[in-house]
Amino acid sequence: MAEVTKLIHKYLRHDKKFPHVWCPGCGIGIMLGALIRAIDRVGYEKDEIVLVSGIGCSGRLPVYVDFNTLHTTHGRALTFATGVKLAKPSLKVIVIMGDGDAVAIGGNHFIHAARRNIDVTSIILNNSVYGMTGGQYSPTTPYGMRSSTTVYSNIEQSFKISELAVTAEAVFVGRRTVYHVKLLDSLIEKAVLKEGFSVVEVIAHCHTQYGRQNRLGTAVEMMEWQRDHAVTVEKAATMKPGELQDKIVIGVLVDKELPVYQDEYEKIRERSKAAAGR
Amino acid sequence: MLLQGNEAVVEGALRAGCRFFAGYPITPATEISEILSVKLPQVDGTFIQMEDEIASLGAVIGASLAGVKSMTATSGPGFSLMQENLGFAIIAEVPCVIVNVMRGGPSTGLPTFPSQSDVMQARWGTHGDHPIIVLSASTVRECYDMTIKSFNFSEKFRTPVILLIDEVVAHMREKMVLSDEEGVEIFNRVKPTVPPEWYIPFEDTPSGIPAIANFGEGYRYHVTGLTHDIRGFPTSRPDEIGPFIARLHRKISQHFSEIQMAEFLQTDDADITIVAYGSVARSAKTAMIEAREKGLKVGLLKLLTIWPFTRSAVEKVLQVSKILVVPEMNMGQISREVKRVDRGVAKVFTLNKVDGTIITPEEILNRITEVA
Repeated sequence: MAEVTKLIHKYLRHDKKFPHVWCPGCGIGIMLGALIRAIDRVGYEKDEIVLVSGIGCSGRLPVYVDFNTLHTTHGRALTFATGVKLAKPSLKVIVIMGDGDAVAIGGNHFIHAARRNIDVTSIILNNSVYGMTGGQYSPTTPYGMRSSTTVYSNIEQSFKISELAVTAEAVFVGRRTVYHVKLLDSLIEKAVLKEGFSVVEVIAHCHTQYGRQNRLGTAVEMMEWQRDHAVTVEKAATMKPGELQDKIVIGVLVDKELPVYQDEYEKIRERSKAAAGR
Repeated sequence: MLLQGNEAVVEGALRAGCRFFAGYPITPATEISEILSVKLPQVDGTFIQMEDEIASLGAVIGASLAGVKSMTATSGPGFSLMQENLGFAIIAEVPCVIVNVMRGGPSTGLPTFPSQSDVMQARWGTHGDHPIIVLSASTVRECYDMTIKSFNFSEKFRTPVILLIDEVVAHMREKMVLSDEEGVEIFNRVKPTVPPEWYIPFEDTPSGIPAIANFGEGYRYHVTGLTHDIRGFPTSRPDEIGPFIARLHRKISQHFSEIQMAEFLQTDDADITIVAYGSVARSAKTAMIEAREKGLKVGLLKLLTIWPFTRSAVEKVLQVSKILVVPEMNMGQISREVKRVDRGVAKVFTLNKVDGTIITPEEILNRITEVA
């Protein structure tokens, strides 16, 4: 077994019934690999990691790995994660969401968790479609594209997840594609090490649903598209909006400091005790 | 001391060991949030105001999985939003407490007036076949006691527990003595004692209640809202789903005698028994006393446990009473259950009021004389 595979196996649940639910060629496995490598590099104990997810293809991710794992209701992963983190701040809480999960049904929770600066890392797999239910359009499906509920064309504008996170005051926001694996590894590592609400948007392909309905080719071809259309944050800054139309801006969009919720709340506890003692 | 019903809920919760509250402002439950926002940080607990009631119950479940006794409080519209995660807490067997201070509905309804119209929502509001424990209170003292009971039951049976009170009980003030503090029984969840590799988080034990491990204590396991096998892994195998859902029901039904609480007032010789709960039980008690003064043999069965429905208590009064009167501030939600148990043995008369005003002793007394 190759060293890199051995590392993955160290974190898999061997009593869990494999194979997994994902289609061959899916980007979720790449994201899981990147997450495991990042966690291993930082050196977290398995016991201190809580991996939380919502519903959809990405929601199935935690069950395969040997952490404290919590597969919640659709869109609500961040609310459960907020409870876990505030009840036991020593735990490292990482939340896995899909695009529909994070910014459609869970959009409200997403902006508020960011605004509060809850110390959790959100990793959002954005494949522009509801894959598990059969390829319906999501809030990140681009204008003009087809899905099983926009067979005549999507007439809605799409959300830019990372930019939404920036506006909602997330302290760390970065975007990568599943093509740029090594860059994704290091971005997740930076995100989990960041104190406060960190967001990693992972651009992935759903060749089974979105790709097929829009004739975008195989998984490999869709990943080549990611390679050809990715531009760095630095380069994007020099380009005109028109030139960025079909580009994926990758890199760190924001890395700043704001008071972290649990630290602020600790001050509230002290203040409340002082008030009670008076 | 002089306490409001909502304040007594807070005192009971803190006494029971509640150290996490997540909620969203709503009348007439807001006092519970406000007071806990002051008191929880004083005892190293956590209060957070979430973006809605869906998020509130999500955070409560997360905190409980991390090992902290947790609760939320709401009213009808918020309770509607909580139904989604209520189902999650049931299937994932996460202890937590939801206080619903009932107000008139449907929809925004009557925010500042009393009602008992969430009895059936508490029972069946979340989708899927499930058991549920729902308690009620008719006095400030009972608000305190039943909140503690709610936490004890939730910890003991690994299940969410709902405390239904109404606006009258929540906002009235009564004298209450917290003298028997030492005697209060507090139950804490049973944690696994086996080595982590032997731990089976959803094991089919004789009691039906598996031990629960808290996140971060060495027992890494999977929690999901999908039907799961005894290890917690999603399953669609009929031979695993059937026993799992059966156990969820059995862990409650096996303990009916412990869960089902009711009070019998002068029912031993009662020709007529009033079956009531919440603030209506107060009017019923007065009506009973006045009826006795008039020479009518009237008793009162006060329900403290609403769900699972206290069948045995109703059966007991049916041995004596030929007439049952069920006054409720709804269109007849518990009276259906009474009729179901009665099966024609006695005559069951309803008294329903849904205009936002309380049911008075006179109204109950009039109904009694009407049907006697």
